[in-house]
Amino acid sequence: MSGYLMSVAVFVGIWVTLALSLNILTGYAGQVSLGHAAFFGIGAYTSAVLAVRYGQPFGVDFLAAILVTGLAGTVLGLPSLRVRHDFLVLATMGVNFVVVAVFKYVDFFGGAMGLVNIPAPEFFGTTFRGGVPYLLLVWGYVVVVWLVSWYISKTWVGLAFHTIRLDEDAAAAVGVSSARFKIYAFGISAALAGGAGSLYAHFIGSVFPDTFVFVESIAILSMIVFGGVGTLRGPIIGAIILKAAPELLRFVQDYRFTIYGALLVLMMLFQPMGLIGEGSWLWRNLTALFRRPAASQQPQQEVAQ
Amino acid sequence: MPILQNLSNALVLASTYILMAMGLTMVYGVLKILHIAHAAVYTVGAFVGLLAYTWLGNFWLALLLAMVAAGVMGVLIYRGVYFYMLDKPRTVPLIASIGLFVMFTDLLQKDFLMGPYQRALPVAGAGMPRLRTEWFSITPKQMLVLAVTVMLLVIVYLILTRTRIGLGWKAAAMDREMAGAVGVNLNRVVAMNFFLGSALAGAAGVLVGVYNNSVFATMGDLPSYKAFIIIVLGGMGSLPGVIVASILLAVVENFLVASVGYVLPRDAVAFLVLILMLMFRPHGLLGQE
Repeated sequence: MSGYLMSVAVFVGIWVTLALSLNILTGYAGQVSLGHAAFFGIGAYTSAVLAVRYGQPFGVDFLAAILVTGLAGTVLGLPSLRVRHDFLVLATMGVNFVVVAVFKYVDFFGGAMGLVNIPAPEFFGTTFRGGVPYLLLVWGYVVVVWLVSWYISKTWVGLAFHTIRLDEDAAAAVGVSSARFKIYAFGISAALAGGAGSLYAHFIGSVFPDTFVFVESIAILSMIVFGGVGTLRGPIIGAIILKAAPELLRFVQDYRFTIYGALLVLMMLFQPMGLIGEGSWLWRNLTALFRRPAASQQPQQEVAQ
Repeated sequence: MPILQNLSNALVLASTYILMAMGLTMVYGVLKILHIAHAAVYTVGAFVGLLAYTWLGNFWLALLLAMVAAGVMGVLIYRGVYFYMLDKPRTVPLIASIGLFVMFTDLLQKDFLMGPYQRALPVAGAGMPRLRTEWFSITPKQMLVLAVTVMLLVIVYLILTRTRIGLGWKAAAMDREMAGAVGVNLNRVVAMNFFLGSALAGAAGVLVGVYNNSVFATMGDLPSYKAFIIIVLGGMGSLPGVIVASILLAVVENFLVASVGYVLPRDAVAFLVLILMLMFRPHGLLGQE
């Protein structure tokens, strides 16, 4: 694999974890966030500061990034207790701008020049800059995040998230504290994004405030909605397609973003549940394909729906 | 007296905020959609205004053409996209809106449209007088911005209070289904709503273009989220709220920058205000539960 393809694969992996982590907050708990890039940034900056200013090794940076971002997510999730729905969407957007402004205007974080010379991870005397080992590291993290998502969906916490998404008042009526589980969702989602930030910082070797702006949050949200929000497969496919799309669409050069935007609009018009979300055309046909023997039952199911 | 000068500068800034946010809050009031593509309408308005002014050389005609073009674009966005998403989860129109915004901004940067440059829109002041007093002065350009804003607000006020369509809009904003049930032609009301709101955004685009003497493809980026702060502060869907919030935000921004300088950039200040506001008054200044 060439170095270029390798970097694309690493980036796609990082964005898959970002999409999966946002999916816990938005897909499971139903809290739409336009500020996920802020958590990505907090993770990256925590790692970068520890590595550059205090010379800590990768392992410490990575765990600290997860911890600090998880805490930040818990604190920044507090507005969600007061506001709901669209107000929350806008509050998360505000959080994103404030966090980026802090990175940009506080000298400790390197200001607009960012932090550079972040060392590559080192294990047992070997550096992991680029190449297959880093790819494995990133995709290993993808597996971890996927397992966490899967585990949550199977537990009582996952069920509580589900109830909050459907109806907060009804959830409260049956004894599910929406405040507590919303904060959990923010914390877990942020912590996982923090890990992605750390991997990003150590891969690139530098962090700049402009990487973690509002537009990036939009891109991450688009990925999960594009793929199929709330499922375990949708965000992965969405992140792979949308992150790789600008690279794949290089042949149309100038029109990449026109096509990207049009793709989002068309998707929402014709498949609003996402490419392989629950009940989407592609997913119906894919599952039907694997359920050949029971194909005769298909028409009945359609009627039942 | 610098305070009065700051105040008058803030009012000019507030005018453009009002025109931009008014359409957004109108759309939100009826459809509950976060209409991010509204900023693309604003940019297209500015662009059409620029073209019309270069061809015709008349500011008022250019403003009118820009508003009509922006209004038509708004209606097309509604009929072509949002119309099919009204009963879908809120993320669906939100993502579609983001898609529209990305698409239009990218298209506008192409050479056959605006290209990736800043273009001048050299309207001197369209015959507006200069106001100079002992304490503050208002340039002709500032006068133009203020005059157009006041004029448009009066027109909107009259349409909303004196016409059937305005009454229908109010009913639909209160309860869309119920309004439909008692015979309000929702399609017409919503289309009119989009036309009016988008035309205001188009006017805002032209005025900002004239005021800064520059029109460019990405000029909508900043207002796209600034306008959201305003409609939240004002209480989503409240028209008087937009006016109050725009003035408040412009004053706070101007005075903070004038007195403490740049501790944080303007937008971050605005968002801090927004977050604090949401914590203490979650429904906005003039919003209702």
